Amino acid sequence: MRIIDHSIASLIVQLERGEISSCELTEAYLRQIDMFEPTLHAFIHVDAEGALRQAKAADNARAKGEQKPLLGVPIAIKDLITVEGMPCTAGSKILEGYIPPYSATVTRRLRDAGMVVIGKTNTDAFGMGSSTEYSDYGMTKNPWNIEHVPGGSSGGSAVAVSARFSPAALGTDTGGSVRQPASNCGVCGLKPTYGRVSRSGLIAFGSSLDVCGVFGQDMEDVWKIFETIAGHDPLDMTTSKRPVPTVDPNLTDLRGLRVGIAPEFFPDRLQPEIRSALDGLIVKMRGLGAEIVDLSLPHIDLAVPVYYILAPAEASANLARFDGIRFGPREDYEKLWDVFFNTRSRLFGDEVKRRIMIGTYALSSGYYDAYYGQANKARGLIKRDFKLAFENVDVILTLVAPTTALKIGAHHDDPLAMYLEDIMTLPPSLAGLPALSIPVGLDNAGLPIGAQLIGPQFREDVLYRAARAIQSVTDWHVAQPPMIAEKA
Amino acid sequence: MTITRKEIEHIANLARLELSDEETTRYEQQLTNILDFFGRLRQIDDLDTSDDPEVENYSATRVDEPVQQDVSDQILANSAEVEKGQFKIPPVF
Repeated sequence: MRIIDHSIASLIVQLERGEISSCELTEAYLRQIDMFEPTLHAFIHVDAEGALRQAKAADNARAKGEQKPLLGVPIAIKDLITVEGMPCTAGSKILEGYIPPYSATVTRRLRDAGMVVIGKTNTDAFGMGSSTEYSDYGMTKNPWNIEHVPGGSSGGSAVAVSARFSPAALGTDTGGSVRQPASNCGVCGLKPTYGRVSRSGLIAFGSSLDVCGVFGQDMEDVWKIFETIAGHDPLDMTTSKRPVPTVDPNLTDLRGLRVGIAPEFFPDRLQPEIRSALDGLIVKMRGLGAEIVDLSLPHIDLAVPVYYILAPAEASANLARFDGIRFGPREDYEKLWDVFFNTRSRLFGDEVKRRIMIGTYALSSGYYDAYYGQANKARGLIKRDFKLAFENVDVILTLVAPTTALKIGAHHDDPLAMYLEDIMTLPPSLAGLPALSIPVGLDNAGLPIGAQLIGPQFREDVLYRAARAIQSVTDWHVAQPPMIAEKA
Repeated sequence: MTITRKEIEHIANLARLELSDEETTRYEQQLTNILDFFGRLRQIDDLDTSDDPEVENYSATRVDEPVQQDVSDQILANSAEVEKGQFKIPPVF
């Protein structure tokens, strides 16, 4: 087993025992990046020099007896999250050259825990997309098959973990942007409860929906990062003061756990292998002691229209700040008005403009009640569905997407078809619930299949328990893309 | 529901976007399709969901203490045009 194949849990042990240094470890990941990054393009910015400097500092700190939970372990960060002094583009040309003067709270917490930031990963511009095809810096390829998309918008982070560029990565999830690429790339992806993790330093897309999430090889690793970044932050007043739950890694059965299955979450137009993978998973969970409970979520089919009103509406307001004055390039002009129009028109990409247009329309005079007002009401119905469901179950099991990773260009010029792909990941986002994607097998073409677990508000521990138990008796999460796997 | 070309131009102006003819035509078509799909939201009954739990919100106040000082150079460095420690903009009219 190569060092880059180890879990964070195992890397920490080796670092503590002095069997490997952070420098050696970081160099191993950088070599892997050198080898496969030209094909996969997971990063917008690799900070090799900075990573090695941080690694050296971590080794020195360890030599002096300093103890930090993740000292010297590398991590990749989505380019929508600020790292002080490191370029941050949000995947958009409108932020080209922007150097944030401060780090996001999540970045600071990772650094305080001793982590080494290896680079900034690719994303659809401002997180608007589900394939990375809408990144202004070129798309990321799926290591399982480079003719397919990795998913998105946090596609770069999913590939960074899948291709062993980094043992973990941060992403952001507004409507599925952590869970869906995790599913497409065969890794674990957690979207915590809205308000569990600080948004300070995340470039805002939909402020009532944005959540910082985590990618890792398995649930254990995801949890280590999650518990490091989670918890109240005075810089984000929507963060909760509730304590972050603790978990028991030794609890590997599901006795007493009630797992809900809703027919509305299993669409007719579903790739057959995904159905059988989910059926197989249900059998496994029963075997571990789980009780399977049928339930109904009658309003979740409203999630796509609700989301694609609310998120673009919030985005159109959030993106008003990109006007060419304070950050990014400024397009040619004579008068102030030209700066606004020319900079925004030339430097926002097609999908970003489309969403700004939808959002501006939904918020404009005469249409506000018909769209934004109605969407908010319908959001309430979706929340209520989940609230009632969680009176009878502990966790809900569903799929992440109706198909495995799509071919590149599949949705070219049909944005509505692309939006409809998000049908499974949007409901928990609208309800602010924690949700997790875990790998549960491969389809006939060898592409990963993901299962989604949804928990009650602030109960990430339930997701941990379910995933930990499943991963203790299965090895789907160990599978690697053929191009990445160690050659015998 | 159809969005007219004129509406697209009006919305683009509100959003401070200048669209090419090709973009205007494309968005006219795409936004019409998308908003057609959203039309189903208008059929929802006027249900009161205000009693449902919302995200925890509390009045968050804190002492206004500077935690990071002397960053104005870093902030200004991100602007395309700066003069005497200030953002510079072209004439308004």
